[in-house]
Amino acid sequence: MLDDATHEANYAMAVVTTSSGIDRGPPEPILVVDNIVKNFYTPDGVVRALDCVSLGVAPGEFVGVIGPSGCGKSTLFNIIGGLLDGFEGSVRVAGEAVRGPHPAIGMIFQEESTFPWRTVIDNVVFPLELAGLPKSERYDKARQFVRMVGLDGFERRYPSELSGGMRQRVSMARTLAAEPKILLMDEPFAALDEQTRLLLGDKVLAIQQQLQQTTLLITHNITEAVQLADRIFVMTYRPGKLKRMVKIDLPRPRTSEIVSSEAFGRYVAQIWSDLREEASRGLKDDETSRNRGGAS
Amino acid sequence: MSASDTIIKARWFAPLLGFGSIAAAVLVLELFIRIGVINRITIPLPSDILLAFPRVIVEEDVLSRFLLTATEALTASILVTFFGVAGGVILYHFRLLRAATETWIAAIAAAPLVLIYPLYLVIFGRNASTIVMMGFTAGLAPVTLKTLEGLSATRRVLIDVGRSFNLTPWQQFWKISFPSALPTIFVGMRLGLIFALINIVGVEYLINFGGLGQLINELTDRFDLPGTYAAICFVILVSMCVFFLTERLERWLRPVE
Repeated sequence: MLDDATHEANYAMAVVTTSSGIDRGPPEPILVVDNIVKNFYTPDGVVRALDCVSLGVAPGEFVGVIGPSGCGKSTLFNIIGGLLDGFEGSVRVAGEAVRGPHPAIGMIFQEESTFPWRTVIDNVVFPLELAGLPKSERYDKARQFVRMVGLDGFERRYPSELSGGMRQRVSMARTLAAEPKILLMDEPFAALDEQTRLLLGDKVLAIQQQLQQTTLLITHNITEAVQLADRIFVMTYRPGKLKRMVKIDLPRPRTSEIVSSEAFGRYVAQIWSDLREEASRGLKDDETSRNRGGAS
Repeated sequence: MSASDTIIKARWFAPLLGFGSIAAAVLVLELFIRIGVINRITIPLPSDILLAFPRVIVEEDVLSRFLLTATEALTASILVTFFGVAGGVILYHFRLLRAATETWIAAIAAAPLVLIYPLYLVIFGRNASTIVMMGFTAGLAPVTLKTLEGLSATRRVLIDVGRSFNLTPWQQFWKISFPSALPTIFVGMRLGLIFALINIVGVEYLINFGGLGQLINELTDRFDLPGTYAAICFVILVSMCVFFLTERLERWLRPVE
Protein backbone atom coordinates (compact mmCIF):
# COMPACT_ATOMS: atom_id res chain seq x y z
CA MET A 1 0.00 0.00 0.00
CA LEU A 2 1.34 3.47 -0.85
CA ASP A 3 1.89 5.89 2.00
CA ASP A 4 -0.19 9.06 2.24
CA ALA A 5 2.59 11.48 1.25
CA THR A 6 3.28 9.53 -1.96
CA HIS A 7 -0.40 9.58 -2.78
CA GLU A 8 -0.61 13.30 -2.16
CA ALA A 9 2.19 13.86 -4.64
CA ASN A 10 0.74 11.43 -7.19
CA TYR A 11 -2.64 13.02 -6.89
CA ALA A 12 -1.25 16.52 -7.44
CA MET A 13 0.43 15.28 -10.61
CA ALA A 14 -2.55 13.31 -11.75
CA VAL A 15 -5.08 16.12 -11.76
CA VAL A 16 -5.15 17.66 -15.21
CA THR A 17 -7.52 20.40 -16.17
CA THR A 18 -9.15 19.71 -19.50
CA SER A 19 -11.08 22.91 -20.07
CA SER A 20 -9.32 23.31 -23.42
CA GLY A 21 -11.14 20.19 -24.54
CA ILE A 22 -7.88 18.47 -25.37
CA ASP A 23 -7.33 15.12 -23.79
CA ARG A 24 -4.08 14.51 -21.93
CA GLY A 25 -4.65 10.78 -22.24
CA PRO A 26 -2.48 7.98 -23.53
CA PRO A 27 -0.32 8.52 -26.62
CA GLU A 28 -1.80 5.56 -28.59
CA PRO A 29 -5.41 5.18 -27.55
CA ILE A 30 -7.62 2.43 -28.99
CA LEU A 31 -10.69 4.61 -28.48
CA VAL A 32 -10.62 8.25 -29.45
CA VAL A 33 -13.50 10.62 -28.81
CA ASP A 34 -12.65 13.78 -30.68
CA ASN A 35 -14.33 17.14 -30.15
CA ILE A 36 -17.90 15.86 -29.82
CA VAL A 37 -20.63 18.48 -29.90
CA LYS A 38 -24.24 17.38 -29.58
CA ASN A 39 -27.29 19.65 -29.66
CA PHE A 40 -30.90 18.67 -29.01
CA TYR A 41 -33.62 20.70 -30.65
CA THR A 42 -36.57 21.18 -28.30
CA PRO A 43 -39.70 23.39 -28.45
CA ASP A 44 -37.92 25.71 -25.95
CA GLY A 45 -34.88 26.07 -28.19
CA VAL A 46 -31.55 24.37 -28.75
CA VAL A 47 -30.07 22.50 -25.81
CA ARG A 48 -26.34 21.82 -26.05
CA ALA A 49 -25.83 18.47 -24.34
CA LEU A 50 -22.12 17.99 -25.10
CA ASP A 51 -19.60 20.68 -25.86
CA CYS A 52 -16.25 19.77 -27.40
CA VAL A 53 -15.74 16.52 -25.49
CA SER A 54 -12.46 14.78 -26.29
CA LEU A 55 -10.87 11.82 -24.60
CA GLY A 56 -8.80 8.75 -25.37
CA VAL A 57 -8.64 5.28 -23.84
CA ALA A 58 -5.53 3.10 -24.10
CA PRO A 59 -5.73 -0.67 -24.68
CA GLY A 60 -6.40 -2.46 -21.39
CA GLU A 61 -7.15 0.78 -19.58
CA PHE A 62 -10.16 1.37 -17.31
CA VAL A 63 -11.45 4.91 -17.71
CA GLY A 64 -14.32 6.47 -15.83
CA VAL A 65 -16.44 9.43 -16.87
CA ILE A 66 -18.28 11.04 -13.98
CA GLY A 67 -20.68 13.90 -13.92
CA PRO A 68 -23.89 15.18 -12.32
CA SER A 69 -27.36 14.21 -13.58
CA GLY A 70 -28.15 15.96 -16.84
CA CYS A 71 -24.54 16.54 -17.86
CA GLY A 72 -24.84 14.41 -21.00
CA LYS A 73 -23.16 11.22 -19.76
CA SER A 74 -25.73 8.94 -21.35
CA THR A 75 -25.64 11.01 -24.54
CA LEU A 76 -21.89 10.43 -24.66
CA PHE A 77 -22.45 6.70 -24.02
CA ASN A 78 -24.95 6.48 -26.87
CA ILE A 79 -22.69 8.41 -29.25
CA ILE A 80 -19.65 6.23 -28.51
CA GLY A 81 -21.81 3.12 -28.82
CA GLY A 82 -23.09 4.28 -32.19
CA LEU A 83 -26.73 4.50 -31.04
CA LEU A 84 -27.01 8.25 -31.53
CA ASP A 85 -26.09 10.29 -34.56
CA GLY A 86 -26.42 13.92 -35.60
CA PHE A 87 -23.36 15.15 -33.70
CA GLU A 88 -20.22 17.06 -34.60
CA GLY A 89 -16.78 15.55 -34.09
CA SER A 90 -15.80 11.90 -34.37
CA VAL A 91 -15.42 8.62 -32.51
CA ARG A 92 -12.65 6.29 -33.67
CA VAL A 93 -11.82 2.74 -32.68
CA ALA A 94 -8.26 1.73 -33.58
CA GLY A 95 -8.24 4.54 -36.13
CA GLU A 96 -11.52 3.52 -37.75
CA ALA A 97 -14.39 6.02 -37.58
CA VAL A 98 -17.49 4.73 -35.77
CA ARG A 99 -20.68 5.37 -37.67
CA GLY A 100 -23.34 3.32 -35.94
CA PRO A 101 -22.93 0.28 -33.69
CA HIS A 102 -19.40 -1.12 -34.02
CA PRO A 103 -18.48 -4.78 -33.41
CA ALA A 104 -15.43 -3.69 -31.40
CA ILE A 105 -17.63 -1.94 -28.84
CA GLY A 106 -19.73 -3.91 -26.36
CA MET A 107 -22.36 -2.03 -24.37
CA ILE A 108 -23.74 -2.68 -20.90
CA PHE A 109 -26.79 -0.60 -20.12
CA GLN A 110 -27.99 1.05 -16.95
CA GLU A 111 -31.44 -0.48 -17.21
CA GLU A 112 -31.94 -4.20 -16.72
CA SER A 113 -31.52 -5.57 -20.23
CA THR A 114 -31.59 -9.37 -20.12
CA PHE A 115 -34.05 -11.09 -22.44
CA PRO A 116 -36.75 -12.42 -20.08
CA TRP A 117 -37.76 -15.15 -22.54
CA ARG A 118 -34.26 -16.68 -22.61
CA THR A 119 -32.47 -18.62 -19.90
CA VAL A 120 -29.15 -17.34 -18.52
CA ILE A 121 -27.14 -19.50 -20.92
CA ASP A 122 -29.37 -18.58 -23.87
CA ASN A 123 -28.94 -14.89 -23.06
CA VAL A 124 -25.16 -15.28 -23.04
CA VAL A 125 -25.21 -17.37 -26.21
CA PHE A 126 -27.10 -14.60 -28.06
CA PRO A 127 -24.10 -12.81 -29.70
CA LEU A 128 -22.48 -16.16 -30.53
CA GLU A 129 -25.70 -17.26 -32.22
CA LEU A 130 -25.57 -14.07 -34.31
CA ALA A 131 -21.96 -14.81 -35.17
CA GLY A 132 -23.09 -18.16 -36.59
CA LEU A 133 -20.95 -20.39 -34.36
CA PRO A 134 -21.86 -24.10 -34.30
CA LYS A 135 -24.23 -24.95 -31.45
CA SER A 136 -21.85 -26.97 -29.26
CA GLU A 137 -19.06 -24.44 -29.69
CA ARG A 138 -21.23 -21.47 -28.80
CA TYR A 139 -22.64 -23.15 -25.70
CA ASP A 140 -19.15 -24.16 -24.53
CA LYS A 141 -17.97 -20.60 -24.98
CA ALA A 142 -21.06 -19.13 -23.31
CA ARG A 143 -20.53 -21.41 -20.31
CA GLN A 144 -17.03 -19.93 -19.88
CA PHE A 145 -18.47 -16.43 -19.64
CA VAL A 146 -21.25 -17.55 -17.29
CA ARG A 147 -18.53 -19.02 -15.07
CA MET A 148 -16.48 -15.84 -15.38
CA VAL A 149 -19.30 -13.70 -13.95
CA GLY A 150 -19.87 -16.27 -11.20
CA LEU A 151 -23.24 -17.61 -12.34
CA ASP A 152 -22.34 -21.26 -12.89
CA GLY A 153 -25.20 -23.40 -11.65
CA PHE A 154 -27.75 -20.82 -12.83
CA GLU A 155 -27.46 -21.56 -16.57
CA ARG A 156 -31.01 -22.93 -16.90
CA ARG A 157 -32.65 -20.22 -14.79
CA TYR A 158 -34.69 -17.41 -16.31
CA PRO A 159 -33.92 -13.74 -15.47
CA SER A 160 -37.17 -13.50 -13.47
CA GLU A 161 -35.69 -16.08 -11.10
CA LEU A 162 -32.55 -14.00 -10.46
CA SER A 163 -31.72 -10.94 -8.34
CA GLY A 164 -30.97 -7.54 -9.90
CA GLY A 165 -27.22 -8.00 -9.44
CA MET A 166 -27.30 -11.44 -11.04
CA ARG A 167 -29.24 -10.10 -14.01
CA GLN A 168 -26.64 -7.36 -14.53
CA ARG A 169 -23.96 -10.06 -14.50
CA VAL A 170 -25.93 -11.94 -17.18
CA SER A 171 -25.94 -8.76 -19.29
CA MET A 172 -22.22 -8.41 -18.70
CA ALA A 173 -21.53 -12.02 -19.70
CA ARG A 174 -23.66 -11.56 -22.83
CA THR A 175 -21.70 -8.47 -23.84
CA LEU A 176 -18.34 -10.08 -23.02
CA ALA A 177 -19.28 -13.17 -25.05
CA ALA A 178 -19.14 -11.01 -28.17
CA GLU A 179 -15.48 -10.38 -27.24
CA PRO A 180 -15.54 -6.63 -27.83
CA LYS A 181 -12.26 -4.74 -27.86
CA ILE A 182 -13.87 -2.00 -25.78
CA LEU A 183 -16.41 -2.46 -23.04
CA LEU A 184 -18.71 0.50 -22.60
CA MET A 185 -20.74 0.62 -19.38
CA ASP A 186 -23.46 3.15 -18.53
CA GLU A 187 -24.04 3.13 -14.77
CA PRO A 188 -24.46 -0.64 -14.80
CA PHE A 189 -24.99 -0.89 -11.03
CA ALA A 190 -27.17 2.20 -10.58
CA ALA A 191 -30.23 0.18 -9.60
CA LEU A 192 -28.37 -1.94 -7.02
CA ASP A 193 -27.78 -1.43 -3.32
CA GLU A 194 -24.38 -0.16 -2.15
CA GLN A 195 -23.05 -3.50 -0.87
CA THR A 196 -23.99 -5.38 -4.03
CA ARG A 197 -22.50 -2.54 -6.05
CA LEU A 198 -19.15 -2.84 -4.24
CA LEU A 199 -19.07 -6.62 -4.61
CA LEU A 200 -19.96 -6.43 -8.29
CA GLY A 201 -17.21 -3.86 -8.63
CA ASP A 202 -14.82 -6.57 -7.42
CA LYS A 203 -16.17 -8.90 -10.07
CA VAL A 204 -15.73 -6.25 -12.78
CA LEU A 205 -12.16 -5.58 -11.63
CA ALA A 206 -11.32 -9.29 -11.67
CA ILE A 207 -12.76 -9.75 -15.16
CA GLN A 208 -11.06 -6.64 -16.46
CA GLN A 209 -7.78 -7.89 -15.03
CA GLN A 210 -8.27 -11.37 -16.50
CA LEU A 211 -9.22 -10.20 -19.99
CA GLN A 212 -7.14 -7.01 -20.00
CA GLN A 213 -10.39 -5.48 -21.20
CA THR A 214 -10.36 -1.86 -22.30
CA THR A 215 -13.27 -0.34 -20.41
CA LEU A 216 -15.07 2.99 -20.36
CA LEU A 217 -17.41 3.39 -17.40
CA ILE A 218 -19.94 6.18 -17.31
CA THR A 219 -21.30 6.86 -13.85
CA HIS A 220 -22.47 9.44 -11.36
CA ASN A 221 -21.14 7.39 -8.43
CA ILE A 222 -17.78 8.68 -7.20
CA THR A 223 -16.96 5.61 -5.06
CA GLU A 224 -17.62 3.29 -7.97
CA ALA A 225 -15.49 5.38 -10.33
CA VAL A 226 -12.52 5.56 -7.92
CA GLN A 227 -12.82 1.86 -7.03
CA LEU A 228 -12.66 0.76 -10.67
CA ALA A 229 -10.91 3.31 -12.88
CA ASP A 230 -7.30 4.14 -13.78
CA ARG A 231 -8.33 7.62 -14.88
CA ILE A 232 -11.50 9.58 -14.26
CA PHE A 233 -12.85 12.41 -16.39
CA VAL A 234 -15.06 14.82 -14.46
CA MET A 235 -17.78 16.46 -16.53
CA THR A 236 -19.45 19.82 -16.05
CA TYR A 237 -23.19 20.29 -15.80
CA ARG A 238 -24.96 21.24 -19.04
CA PRO A 239 -23.44 21.71 -21.53
CA GLY A 240 -21.33 18.67 -20.73
CA LYS A 241 -17.63 19.40 -21.03
CA LEU A 242 -14.64 17.60 -19.59
CA LYS A 243 -13.63 19.68 -16.60
CA ARG A 244 -10.79 17.68 -15.19
CA MET A 245 -8.94 14.39 -15.56
CA VAL A 246 -7.88 12.59 -12.41
CA LYS A 247 -5.40 9.73 -12.51
CA ILE A 248 -6.24 7.16 -9.86
CA ASP A 249 -2.97 5.90 -8.57
CA LEU A 250 -4.27 3.14 -6.36
CA PRO A 251 -2.53 -0.23 -6.52
CA ARG A 252 -3.81 -3.06 -8.71
CA PRO A 253 -5.18 -5.66 -8.43
CA ARG A 254 -7.80 -3.84 -6.40
CA THR A 255 -10.71 -5.08 -4.37
CA SER A 256 -13.55 -3.29 -2.63
CA GLU A 257 -11.45 -3.28 0.56
CA ILE A 258 -9.67 -0.28 -0.91
CA VAL A 259 -12.66 1.93 -0.16
CA SER A 260 -11.58 2.07 3.49
CA SER A 261 -8.09 3.45 2.69
CA GLU A 262 -7.20 7.09 3.29
CA ALA A 263 -5.96 7.55 -0.24
CA PHE A 264 -9.30 6.35 -1.60
CA GLY A 265 -11.06 8.86 0.64
CA ARG A 266 -8.89 11.69 -0.64
CA TYR A 267 -9.64 10.86 -4.27
CA VAL A 268 -13.34 10.75 -3.47
CA ALA A 269 -13.14 14.10 -1.64
CA GLN A 270 -11.25 15.79 -4.44
CA ILE A 271 -13.60 14.55 -7.15
CA TRP A 272 -16.58 15.56 -5.03
CA SER A 273 -15.19 19.07 -4.64
CA ASP A 274 -15.08 19.27 -8.45
CA LEU A 275 -18.48 17.71 -8.86
CA ARG A 276 -20.21 19.57 -6.07
CA GLU A 277 -20.23 22.86 -7.93
CA GLU A 278 -21.62 21.14 -11.05
CA ALA A 279 -24.21 19.11 -9.13
CA SER A 280 -25.36 22.34 -7.37
CA ARG A 281 -25.80 24.03 -10.73
CA GLY A 282 -27.83 21.06 -11.92
CA LEU A 283 -30.02 21.11 -8.84
CA LYS A 284 -30.62 24.87 -9.13
CA ASP A 285 -31.46 24.49 -12.80
CA ASP A 286 -33.89 21.69 -12.01
CA GLU A 287 -35.61 23.75 -9.29
CA THR A 288 -35.88 26.77 -11.59
CA SER A 289 -37.46 24.76 -14.39
CA ARG A 290 -39.89 23.11 -11.94
CA ASN A 291 -40.85 26.54 -10.56
CA ARG A 292 -41.39 27.78 -14.08
CA GLY A 293 -43.50 24.71 -14.84
CA GLY A 294 -45.53 25.22 -11.65
CA ALA A 295 -46.12 28.91 -12.42
CA SER A 296 -47.36 28.18 -15.91
CA MET B 1 -45.20 -25.97 8.51
CA SER B 2 -48.63 -27.05 9.71
CA ALA B 3 -50.69 -29.83 8.07
CA SER B 4 -53.17 -27.28 6.65
CA ASP B 5 -50.30 -25.28 5.03
CA THR B 6 -48.98 -28.50 3.46
CA ILE B 7 -52.39 -29.26 1.94
CA ILE B 8 -52.88 -25.70 0.64
CA LYS B 9 -49.45 -25.75 -1.03
CA ALA B 10 -50.01 -29.19 -2.62
CA ARG B 11 -50.26 -29.08 -6.44
CA TRP B 12 -53.58 -30.92 -6.50
CA PHE B 13 -55.28 -28.62 -4.01
CA ALA B 14 -56.16 -25.69 -6.33
CA PRO B 15 -57.75 -27.85 -9.11
CA LEU B 16 -59.57 -29.90 -6.48
CA LEU B 17 -60.88 -26.71 -4.87
CA GLY B 18 -62.05 -25.51 -8.31
CA PHE B 19 -63.93 -28.72 -9.09
CA GLY B 20 -65.26 -28.83 -5.54
CA SER B 21 -66.63 -25.28 -5.84
CA ILE B 22 -68.39 -26.11 -9.12
CA ALA B 23 -69.84 -29.31 -7.64
CA ALA B 24 -71.05 -27.37 -4.58
CA ALA B 25 -72.67 -24.70 -6.79
CA VAL B 26 -74.43 -27.42 -8.83
CA LEU B 27 -75.69 -29.09 -5.64
CA VAL B 28 -77.01 -25.76 -4.31
CA LEU B 29 -78.74 -25.15 -7.68
CA GLU B 30 -80.28 -28.65 -7.54
CA LEU B 31 -81.52 -27.93 -4.02
CA PHE B 32 -82.98 -24.50 -4.93
CA ILE B 33 -84.83 -25.96 -7.92
CA ARG B 34 -86.16 -28.90 -5.87
CA ILE B 35 -87.48 -26.66 -3.07
CA GLY B 36 -89.02 -24.31 -5.63
CA VAL B 37 -86.80 -21.22 -5.15
CA ILE B 38 -85.92 -21.48 -8.87
CA ASN B 39 -88.61 -22.42 -11.41
CA ARG B 40 -87.75 -25.80 -13.00
CA ILE B 41 -89.45 -24.73 -16.25
CA THR B 42 -86.80 -21.99 -16.64
CA ILE B 43 -83.80 -24.01 -15.49
CA PRO B 44 -83.76 -27.81 -15.54
CA LEU B 45 -82.43 -29.86 -12.66
CA PRO B 46 -78.67 -30.47 -12.91
CA SER B 47 -79.39 -34.16 -12.32
CA ASP B 48 -81.72 -34.14 -15.36
CA ILE B 49 -78.98 -32.48 -17.43
CA LEU B 50 -76.59 -35.22 -16.33
CA LEU B 51 -79.12 -37.88 -17.32
CA ALA B 52 -79.57 -36.16 -20.72
CA PHE B 53 -75.91 -36.68 -21.65
CA PRO B 54 -76.19 -40.31 -22.85
CA ARG B 55 -79.28 -39.40 -24.91
CA VAL B 56 -77.56 -36.37 -26.50
CA ILE B 57 -74.43 -38.41 -27.24
CA VAL B 58 -76.22 -41.42 -28.76
CA GLU B 59 -79.34 -39.95 -30.37
CA GLU B 60 -78.12 -36.51 -31.45
CA ASP B 61 -74.79 -37.61 -32.93
CA VAL B 62 -73.03 -35.10 -30.69
CA LEU B 63 -69.52 -36.37 -31.48
CA SER B 64 -69.64 -35.39 -35.16
CA ARG B 65 -71.31 -32.07 -34.25
CA PHE B 66 -68.62 -31.46 -31.62
CA LEU B 67 -65.90 -32.22 -34.17
CA LEU B 68 -67.52 -29.92 -36.74
CA THR B 69 -67.74 -26.97 -34.29
CA ALA B 70 -64.21 -27.72 -33.02
CA THR B 71 -62.87 -27.80 -36.60
CA GLU B 72 -64.63 -24.51 -37.43
CA ALA B 73 -63.24 -22.97 -34.23
CA LEU B 74 -59.73 -24.26 -34.94
CA THR B 75 -59.83 -23.02 -38.55
CA ALA B 76 -61.06 -19.59 -37.44
CA SER B 77 -58.38 -19.55 -34.70
CA ILE B 78 -55.60 -20.23 -37.20
CA LEU B 79 -56.91 -17.53 -39.56
CA VAL B 80 -57.39 -15.05 -36.69
CA THR B 81 -53.88 -15.71 -35.38
CA PHE B 82 -52.19 -15.48 -38.74
CA PHE B 83 -53.99 -12.42 -40.11
CA GLY B 84 -54.39 -10.70 -36.71
CA VAL B 85 -50.69 -10.92 -35.87
CA ALA B 86 -49.70 -9.95 -39.42
CA GLY B 87 -52.10 -6.98 -39.26
CA GLY B 88 -50.60 -5.85 -35.95
CA VAL B 89 -47.07 -6.12 -37.37
CA ILE B 90 -48.03 -4.09 -40.45
CA LEU B 91 -49.67 -1.37 -38.34
CA TYR B 92 -46.59 -1.29 -36.09
CA HIS B 93 -44.27 -0.71 -39.03
CA PHE B 94 -46.43 1.82 -40.90
CA ARG B 95 -47.20 4.72 -38.57
CA LEU B 96 -49.49 6.50 -41.03
CA LEU B 97 -51.59 3.38 -41.54
CA ARG B 98 -51.76 2.95 -37.77
CA ALA B 99 -52.85 6.54 -37.21
CA ALA B 100 -55.45 6.19 -39.97
CA THR B 101 -56.99 2.88 -38.87
CA GLU B 102 -56.37 2.12 -35.19
CA THR B 103 -59.55 3.85 -33.96
CA TRP B 104 -61.62 2.07 -36.57
CA ILE B 105 -60.21 -1.31 -35.64
CA ALA B 106 -60.90 -0.63 -31.96
CA ALA B 107 -64.47 0.31 -32.88
CA ILE B 108 -64.87 -2.91 -34.89
CA ALA B 109 -63.65 -4.92 -31.88
CA ALA B 110 -66.51 -3.50 -29.80
CA ALA B 111 -69.22 -3.83 -32.50
CA PRO B 112 -71.86 -6.63 -32.49
CA LEU B 113 -70.40 -8.22 -35.62
CA VAL B 114 -72.80 -11.15 -35.49
CA LEU B 115 -75.33 -8.87 -37.22
CA ILE B 116 -73.26 -9.06 -40.39
CA TYR B 117 -74.14 -12.75 -40.93
CA PRO B 118 -76.82 -12.12 -43.62
CA LEU B 119 -74.16 -10.47 -45.79
CA TYR B 120 -71.82 -13.44 -45.31
CA LEU B 121 -74.69 -15.81 -46.17
CA VAL B 122 -75.02 -13.97 -49.49
CA ILE B 123 -71.26 -14.03 -50.10
CA PHE B 124 -70.35 -17.54 -48.92
CA GLY B 125 -73.71 -19.36 -48.88
CA ARG B 126 -75.28 -21.39 -46.07
CA ASN B 127 -72.27 -23.51 -45.26
CA ALA B 128 -69.28 -23.85 -42.91
CA SER B 129 -67.36 -21.09 -44.75
CA THR B 130 -69.85 -18.47 -43.53
CA ILE B 131 -69.50 -19.73 -39.96
CA VAL B 132 -65.67 -19.79 -40.09
CA MET B 133 -65.56 -16.32 -41.68
CA MET B 134 -67.91 -14.95 -39.01
CA GLY B 135 -65.59 -16.33 -36.32
CA PHE B 136 -62.57 -14.93 -38.14
CA THR B 137 -64.14 -11.47 -38.53
CA ALA B 138 -65.10 -11.31 -34.86
CA GLY B 139 -61.70 -12.40 -33.56
CA LEU B 140 -59.47 -10.41 -35.90
CA ALA B 141 -59.59 -6.95 -34.26
CA PRO B 142 -58.50 -7.90 -30.71
CA VAL B 143 -55.56 -9.94 -32.00
CA THR B 144 -54.47 -7.10 -34.30
CA LEU B 145 -54.74 -4.48 -31.56
CA LYS B 146 -52.98 -6.56 -28.91
CA THR B 147 -50.16 -7.44 -31.33
CA LEU B 148 -49.72 -3.74 -32.04
CA GLU B 149 -49.78 -2.96 -28.31
CA GLY B 150 -47.24 -5.69 -27.51
CA LEU B 151 -44.81 -4.62 -30.22
CA SER B 152 -45.12 -0.95 -29.26
CA ALA B 153 -44.43 -1.81 -25.61
CA THR B 154 -41.08 -3.49 -26.33
CA ARG B 155 -38.69 -1.95 -23.82
CA ARG B 156 -36.38 0.65 -25.36
CA VAL B 157 -33.33 -0.88 -23.71
CA LEU B 158 -33.97 -4.27 -25.38
CA ILE B 159 -34.15 -2.53 -28.75
CA ASP B 160 -30.88 -0.76 -27.90
CA VAL B 161 -29.28 -4.10 -26.98
CA GLY B 162 -30.28 -5.36 -30.41
CA ARG B 163 -28.88 -2.25 -32.06
CA SER B 164 -25.63 -2.55 -30.09
CA PHE B 165 -25.23 -6.05 -31.54
CA ASN B 166 -25.85 -4.56 -34.98
CA LEU B 167 -28.94 -6.66 -35.71
CA THR B 168 -30.67 -6.36 -39.07
CA PRO B 169 -34.31 -5.14 -38.94
CA TRP B 170 -35.41 -8.74 -39.58
CA GLN B 171 -33.30 -10.06 -36.68
CA GLN B 172 -34.43 -7.17 -34.50
CA PHE B 173 -38.04 -8.21 -35.10
CA TRP B 174 -37.69 -11.98 -34.71
CA LYS B 175 -35.12 -12.03 -31.93
CA ILE B 176 -36.31 -9.10 -29.81
CA SER B 177 -39.58 -7.33 -30.65
CA PHE B 178 -41.68 -10.42 -31.36
CA PRO B 179 -40.65 -12.55 -28.34
CA SER B 180 -40.98 -9.47 -26.15
CA ALA B 181 -44.53 -8.89 -27.45
CA LEU B 182 -45.64 -12.54 -27.17
CA PRO B 183 -47.38 -12.34 -23.76
CA THR B 184 -49.54 -9.43 -24.97
CA ILE B 185 -50.17 -11.14 -28.32
CA PHE B 186 -51.47 -14.19 -26.44
CA VAL B 187 -53.82 -12.00 -24.40
CA GLY B 188 -55.19 -10.77 -27.74
CA MET B 189 -55.41 -14.33 -29.06
CA ARG B 190 -57.42 -15.47 -26.05
CA LEU B 191 -59.80 -12.54 -26.50
CA GLY B 192 -60.01 -13.13 -30.24
CA LEU B 193 -60.72 -16.83 -29.79
CA ILE B 194 -63.51 -16.09 -27.28
CA PHE B 195 -65.11 -13.69 -29.80
CA ALA B 196 -64.63 -16.22 -32.60
CA LEU B 197 -66.19 -19.12 -30.67
CA ILE B 198 -69.18 -17.04 -29.53
CA ASN B 199 -69.83 -16.04 -33.13
CA ILE B 200 -69.31 -19.54 -34.52
CA VAL B 201 -71.83 -21.14 -32.18
CA GLY B 202 -74.14 -18.11 -32.48
CA VAL B 203 -74.21 -18.26 -36.28
CA GLU B 204 -74.65 -22.06 -36.26
CA TYR B 205 -77.68 -21.41 -34.06
CA LEU B 206 -79.01 -18.54 -36.17
CA ILE B 207 -78.69 -20.20 -39.58
CA ASN B 208 -79.48 -23.64 -38.15
CA PHE B 209 -76.47 -25.19 -39.81
CA GLY B 210 -73.47 -27.17 -38.67
CA GLY B 211 -72.45 -28.40 -35.28
CA LEU B 212 -73.34 -27.70 -31.69
CA GLY B 213 -75.10 -24.37 -32.38
CA GLN B 214 -77.55 -26.15 -34.67
CA LEU B 215 -78.05 -28.93 -32.11
CA ILE B 216 -78.84 -26.34 -29.42
CA ASN B 217 -81.30 -24.70 -31.82
CA GLU B 218 -83.06 -28.02 -32.48
CA LEU B 219 -83.17 -29.05 -28.82
CA THR B 220 -84.56 -25.63 -27.84
CA ASP B 221 -87.25 -25.93 -30.51
CA ARG B 222 -88.22 -29.28 -28.97
CA PHE B 223 -88.31 -27.68 -25.48
CA ASP B 224 -85.71 -30.26 -24.45
CA LEU B 225 -84.06 -28.08 -21.80
CA PRO B 226 -81.90 -30.77 -20.15
CA GLY B 227 -80.64 -31.73 -23.64
CA THR B 228 -79.99 -28.05 -24.49
CA TYR B 229 -77.87 -27.57 -21.38
CA ALA B 230 -76.04 -30.85 -22.02
CA ALA B 231 -75.20 -29.58 -25.54
CA ILE B 232 -74.01 -26.26 -24.03
CA CYS B 233 -71.58 -28.31 -21.92
CA PHE B 234 -70.05 -29.59 -25.17
CA VAL B 235 -69.61 -25.98 -26.37
CA ILE B 236 -67.71 -25.33 -23.14
CA LEU B 237 -65.61 -28.41 -23.95
CA VAL B 238 -64.70 -26.92 -27.38
CA SER B 239 -63.71 -23.71 -25.63
CA MET B 240 -61.55 -25.66 -23.16
CA CYS B 241 -59.82 -27.53 -26.03
CA VAL B 242 -59.03 -24.28 -27.87
CA PHE B 243 -57.70 -22.66 -24.70
CA PHE B 244 -55.64 -25.72 -23.83
CA LEU B 245 -54.00 -25.60 -27.28
CA THR B 246 -53.36 -21.84 -26.95
CA GLU B 247 -51.77 -22.31 -23.55
CA ARG B 248 -49.54 -25.13 -24.83
CA LEU B 249 -48.46 -22.95 -27.75
CA GLU B 250 -47.63 -20.05 -25.41
CA ARG B 251 -45.65 -22.28 -23.04
CA TRP B 252 -43.71 -23.66 -26.01
CA LEU B 253 -42.96 -20.22 -27.49
CA ARG B 254 -42.27 -18.49 -24.18
CA PRO B 255 -41.70 -20.90 -21.31
CA VAL B 256 -41.73 -18.34 -18.47
CA GLU B 257 -42.84 -14.80 -17.91
